[in-house]
Amino acid sequence: METGEPLSAVRDRVLSANAYIGSEPIVEALGKGANVVITGRSTDTALTMAPIRHEFGWGATSWDQLAAGIVAGHIIECGAQCSGGNCLYDWRSIPDLANVGYPLVEAKPDGTFVVTKHPNTGGRVSVQTITEQLVYEMGDPHSYITPDVIADFTTIKLAPDGENRVLVSGIKGKPPTDKLKVSVAYRAGFKAVGTLVYAWPDALEKAQLADRVLRERLDRLGLRFERILSEFVGASATHGHLAGDQSNAPEVQLRFGVRGSDRAAVERFTREIAPLVLNGPPSVTGFAGGRPKVEEIVAYWPALIDKSVVRTKVDLIQ
Amino acid sequence: MKVRLVDIAHARSGDKGDTANVGVIALEPRWYSVLDEFVTRSRVADHFRGMIDGDVDRFELPNLNALNFLLHGALDGGGTLSLKTDAQGKVFSTALLRMVIDVPDAEATRLQLPAAK
Repeated sequence: METGEPLSAVRDRVLSANAYIGSEPIVEALGKGANVVITGRSTDTALTMAPIRHEFGWGATSWDQLAAGIVAGHIIECGAQCSGGNCLYDWRSIPDLANVGYPLVEAKPDGTFVVTKHPNTGGRVSVQTITEQLVYEMGDPHSYITPDVIADFTTIKLAPDGENRVLVSGIKGKPPTDKLKVSVAYRAGFKAVGTLVYAWPDALEKAQLADRVLRERLDRLGLRFERILSEFVGASATHGHLAGDQSNAPEVQLRFGVRGSDRAAVERFTREIAPLVLNGPPSVTGFAGGRPKVEEIVAYWPALIDKSVVRTKVDLIQ
Repeated sequence: MKVRLVDIAHARSGDKGDTANVGVIALEPRWYSVLDEFVTRSRVADHFRGMIDGDVDRFELPNLNALNFLLHGALDGGGTLSLKTDAQGKVFSTALLRMVIDVPDAEATRLQLPAAK
């Protein structure tokens, strides 16, 4: 979907393919009186929008209301990540995360809604916690594309509405495309990640030497991989060079990963970690977990399909 | 005056395939204009040089006092293919907050911006 590469590149390795469907079949099921709906691969946002649409009888072209339902869905689709979980804003002051409250949407027929949470729970619902979730996994905010509607996130208005309550309004939507997204899963080889921890003094330098030794060993063994990645956890694994000088770090973890189509080569790599404890740079520990595990990779191939070729069917079980 | 983003903004990031997104949000609504003016696409591309393989896109959300950046080629292939610790781009958010911008003194004073420590 993003690269334009044809599916034939992986066709013989495909394990499954699921079209993301929208709110229609869920609304249909609710209309037939279902109390519980078991769907195929629905979009996360349709799970929230569909019952609201059913309740208020919104039509398939009520673009602004449908978009509002989608935004409500986006806000609560990661559970407590909108009600205090993983919230950077004023994180120290967020109360009782051990009993964090999951979010609730109080929807109104005009498409406005309030996000809140149960009383006597931890966490927080505020303009800031909601804003952080709104920008999570966001692409082009003008076009949040779903099977039902395209929501414009630049029209969302947030306002405090009392303690742990945020009023959401102003949302505009427009007609969707004639495609559905398809999630294709395919076999993509094997990987393994090994780690060792080096202690002060010169922890980073020792880990860097271990990295060079390990690469030379793999080279001498004639092992070839599609990808080798070494990271220095505690120094630069997440923030790279932006973290600045870490030569005085108390400890640094060498995290060494390989990926390739040859399972035997990946397997052989996993036997090269433990010997480094006795044969490599000093002050090393953290190998008690044993040999790294070889994992088969099932990778994701997003694609588009014409809506017209995907038919949904609702069965009611009495 | 030098201003560090972590003192004037909060952020959250996520992934879509091999792309990480970073939403950066002004701590005070009046500081959004500073983000808009100084945290440009090219400035962010420079900030992450060497950490990402692709381009940077920028989108404005003045309604949320936020900017959204897409960092392409940031996740070593992304998803299950990636060998990175941060394969889902969860903490590119705070990496962006390390950025130091240079705001003219008059503007910084008028907006009561905190100076970088």
